Amino acid sequence: MKHTLSVLVENKPGVLTRVASLFARRGFNIDSLAVGTTENPTISRMTIVVNAEETALEQITKQLYKLINVLKVQDLDPGDMIDRELVLYKVSALPERRHEIIEIANVFRAKIVDVGRASLTIEATGTGDKLAAMEDLLKAYGIKELARTGKIALARGSRDA
Amino acid sequence: MRVTGAEAIVKSLQAEGVEVVFGYPGGVVLPLFDALYEVEGLRVVLTRHEQGAAHAADAYARVTGKPGVVIVTSGPGAANTVTGIANAYMDSVPMVVITGQVATHVLGTDAFQETDITGITIPITKHNYLADDAEDIPQIMAEAFHIASTGRPGPVLIDLPVDVSRGELNFKYPERLSLPGYKPTVKGHAKQVHQAAALIAKARKPLLYVGGGVLASNAARELKELAELMQLPVVTTLMGKGAFPEDHHLFVGMPGMHGGKFTNYAITETDLLLAVGVRFDDRVTGKLATFATKAKIVHVDIDPAEIGKNRSVDVPIVGDARTVISGMTAELRKMGAEPRTDAWMRVIDDWRARYPFHYHTSDSAIMPQHVVERVRELTKGKPTVLTTEVGQNQMWACQYLRITEPRTWVSSGGLGTMGFGLPAAIGAQLGRPEHMVIDIAGDGSIQMNSQELATAAINKLPVKVVILNNGYLGMVRQWQELFYDRRYSSSTLPQDCPDFVKLAEAYGCFGIRATTPAELDDALVAAFAYDGPAIVDVRVEREENVFPMVAPGGSIDEMLGGIPGGSVSDMLDEELFEEVWE
Repeated sequence: MKHTLSVLVENKPGVLTRVASLFARRGFNIDSLAVGTTENPTISRMTIVVNAEETALEQITKQLYKLINVLKVQDLDPGDMIDRELVLYKVSALPERRHEIIEIANVFRAKIVDVGRASLTIEATGTGDKLAAMEDLLKAYGIKELARTGKIALARGSRDA
Repeated sequence: MRVTGAEAIVKSLQAEGVEVVFGYPGGVVLPLFDALYEVEGLRVVLTRHEQGAAHAADAYARVTGKPGVVIVTSGPGAANTVTGIANAYMDSVPMVVITGQVATHVLGTDAFQETDITGITIPITKHNYLADDAEDIPQIMAEAFHIASTGRPGPVLIDLPVDVSRGELNFKYPERLSLPGYKPTVKGHAKQVHQAAALIAKARKPLLYVGGGVLASNAARELKELAELMQLPVVTTLMGKGAFPEDHHLFVGMPGMHGGKFTNYAITETDLLLAVGVRFDDRVTGKLATFATKAKIVHVDIDPAEIGKNRSVDVPIVGDARTVISGMTAELRKMGAEPRTDAWMRVIDDWRARYPFHYHTSDSAIMPQHVVERVRELTKGKPTVLTTEVGQNQMWACQYLRITEPRTWVSSGGLGTMGFGLPAAIGAQLGRPEHMVIDIAGDGSIQMNSQELATAAINKLPVKVVILNNGYLGMVRQWQELFYDRRYSSSTLPQDCPDFVKLAEAYGCFGIRATTPAELDDALVAAFAYDGPAIVDVRVEREENVFPMVAPGGSIDEMLGGIPGGSVSDMLDEELFEEVWE
């Protein structure tokens, strides 16, 4: 089962390596990982998507807590979180088909951020499902290049006391 | 006061009460060695290899309870400590390793003797630091000692670039540390402790399964109190030897692959396994699916990640062994609980009587088990620290020695590091100058760090090395005999190469050989009486095996060798056992 871990860490050199190598050497697979500083510049948030069963997830969590630079580990409840990912698609687009592609982008509230002679670059944000649906449609035109940020997520405000 | 980074390291060591440092100098760590020169109250022990320094510091920590300190240079010096660091990490030994590093402005350029030692040691340290500013040194040193020696102890490494060691700072040692991501839980959850006590109070066949965590938290006295109060039988793992006196009537041996049959039977039959400071290691559990299946399991450990890692647990208690054990004892006293293990102890004693460790004696050949027994008898009642190498020698030491005091047994458990025993003996001797320190060795292992004989000789450390010389990598050969059709691939070592007596003499140590049973005692006595380091080259029966043995991946109650007996269900004295069931 997929879990979204929100991990607060000290913003120090080498912390990403410590976290990533922990997953690797204990045999846990990372689906995606996104890092950035939080409202407090000394603290970063890592959003890590992992595929793991309950016991493995418990072990991952405990092992993460053993790292001195890890402050907090939360397994976000999928029903009670906001999650987003940003993707850039460079799609083959001859002038006569541009229109169709722009139409698709509009439906998904994505933006055209670059237009080339034979391609369009689309910026899209959303949940995994939405982006997968869009990607599926764009494949028909030929995706030349793709870059994604990995998922970031926060628990919903209703969880704050 | 303005001091250099190197001087700040020395001042920090003094602030931490460090008396002995093990090390080896080299280019970029020279400012630090210069600062260490002729510092009163701080002895620098120069080993002959950085690995030796790391093992010596490890053993020093095990016998004293204080963090061991290692100082080496960058590149090869740092890399040579890796096995020693991994060993300390696996066995949860507090250690602070300071490595020199190339100057910050050339870091990352493959400079001469540069290696990314913080990167290399991430998986084998509790934490590590690259000190890139001299001002940070006091803070880093204080954190390193704190992290190494609290919670589940372990090694911490500090990488010190040469320009940082020459940099200047105002030295002030921090009194308070702020480590928001490091707060070990010491006190067990009261409800859980109560629940565990309630289980102990009503168990008919309880068993304490204790390990290195009990020694790390200095809980031997509390353990004995609990065991005696409720008459609980105790098994200690290889790492836990000495946590409970091995001559006590409640002591039931070491469990696992080469443990006692009676011990493994007890684990298989117990209805309440009280696991304290242990980690359900595969060498103990064998096949997990059949390990202690009749038992409720209470697991006490200061490392939450160990609880439920290998085996699901009924009562998890995160906390320090000493605090939790005292808590359980107090609860039991409050309940007015009475011991109920009389019948259970009779079952165990019956097993113990029927399935003791056993070997065939010989008039012509020296049996290795007999050597260990003679070491045991000749040192009985005298303050002794025993170290071991790894392999058959180590297992026979486990089976035939009787360790009765905490922190007098030093053996490489988790990592199984050949070459550990001699440098460990050196570290132990420095930590316990009044004790006789004996390394039970094999002819294979001893050659992995025999250069440290020089360290022993020059520092006048009278360690005794008893080599069970069978001309094989004995444990490898045993596995090849049992599981690889006697194909002794790369496991044969000529018994007389090197000549260990001459090797001892070459280093200025005493060397003596025993080739027949009649010569054994004289050789041991001569070596033990000698005022200095000594080697006893004991030519033992070459193809003796360590039995009993659980086949890799097998159930622990199904053991090969030893006194014949099937699985535990075949081994019960029905009549006696009825009493326990009733």
